[in-house]
Amino acid sequence: MKEIKYQDIVEAVAKLCIDANCLIGDDIVDAFKSGLKIEESQTGKDILNQLIENVEISKNEMIPACQDTGTAVVFLQIGSGVKIVGGELFDAINAGVAKGYTEGYLRKSIVSDPLRRKNTGNNTPAVIHTEIVPGDELKITVAPKGGGSENMSEVKMLTPAAGWEGIKKFAVDRVMRSKANPCPPILVGVGIGGNFEKVAYLAKKALLRDIGSVHPDPFYAEKEKELLEEINKTGIGPQGFGGRVTALAVFIESYPCHIASMPAAVNINCHAARHKTAVL
Amino acid sequence: MKKITTPLTDAVVKDLKAGDSVLITGIIYTGRDSAHKRLIDALNAKEPMPVDLKGQIIYYVGPAPAKPGYPIGPAGPTTSERMDPYTPALLEYGMKGMIGKGNRTPEVLDALKKYTGVYFAAVGGAAALIAKRIKKCETVAYDDLGPEAVMKLTVEDFPVVVVNDCYGNDLYEEGMKKYRKS
Ligand code: SF4
Repeated sequence: MKEIKYQDIVEAVAKLCIDANCLIGDDIVDAFKSGLKIEESQTGKDILNQLIENVEISKNEMIPACQDTGTAVVFLQIGSGVKIVGGELFDAINAGVAKGYTEGYLRKSIVSDPLRRKNTGNNTPAVIHTEIVPGDELKITVAPKGGGSENMSEVKMLTPAAGWEGIKKFAVDRVMRSKANPCPPILVGVGIGGNFEKVAYLAKKALLRDIGSVHPDPFYAEKEKELLEEINKTGIGPQGFGGRVTALAVFIESYPCHIASMPAAVNINCHAARHKTAVL
Repeated sequence: MKKITTPLTDAVVKDLKAGDSVLITGIIYTGRDSAHKRLIDALNAKEPMPVDLKGQIIYYVGPAPAKPGYPIGPAGPTTSERMDPYTPALLEYGMKGMIGKGNRTPEVLDALKKYTGVYFAAVGGAAALIAKRIKKCETVAYDDLGPEAVMKLTVEDFPVVVVNDCYGNDLYEEGMKKYRKS
């Protein structure tokens, strides 16, 4: 058994919240730069340049790249040989989120009840996903998720007969209907399989990948490429003003499913795609 | 690149076409859902408006907190559609422009034509960059709404793009059509 201290988790999560929001990944900046090469619209190019400059300012001054610093989505991989001492794991995560969002001047965007809508004041509670894995490490990934792009996401229970064409149509249609709302260029997470609740999780988890990473299964690697091309034919372009670069990447995550079903989920992420990981 | 200063006259609005990149200098006001609701309630009750919006621009924004030494935190646009139900009445009252992101309803587009108004988009997610163009920020109404209060922003070369002009043109529609394949 390896003991991990409550306070160490709090500190790690607080830092991850701040870093995720202020230090946008190099993969995103590289994707903006590659986008500049294929974008045909001048306005589209201007926007990509503004986004590159925006990330620079945010990094240099440690201020969030986007004002919507999101829901704190936290993925935990808990080694079966890990023991938390000094407090409860979820309490530590939430204390870390509260600390990070307060000390990092991040926006508090969480209301305590969906209908009564009173702001909790410190961006808690986090949305926490856990996985028990072998080993004696605790891996924490914080992935703040903005409301504008989350609102453009959808789950659909397709039939097996719909096949890949059905999934493609659903995903392209979802992007078409989103237009400028998720601040394109976007990243598209696609979940396929599992069941109703699992598929949404798959789509979200897919968004943790870095741009440029290739799906380990060549079958899905090919599908990701095909779907990205389709999405970039829509003409939506940067910010929806028209252009080539509507999406920077498509990530697919799949899971076995029932003989009668083929659940699909599309989780749209904006270019402010944020995720940072720490291992304790 | 066109440069304009607020407040806007009809002549300035008429000179703006969908697709134009524009830099705004002067005063703009912030407002989100709750503030809009109160402004409309005041209009309907024929009460005085807490700020004079005639000729002015409202920016749909909910900034992040300002770090010490900064006038405002990162401040990119929020989705405009939530303000659609309130917008035609404000345009009729004399407001001239709005800054946000995303499509507007046909009612809003009609009101832009009827009352000579303009809808701009700022770059969603470019919040750190946009904040650099905001030089001053003070709360001028509905203090109790916290980050949703109406703030008066002094801006310099604030970058926007005209999406809907007063002639019925729509950059979102036309831009997408132009680059759509198949
Ligand atoms: S959709 Fe993303 S980039 Fe746009 S405002 Fe929301 S968090 Fe920011």
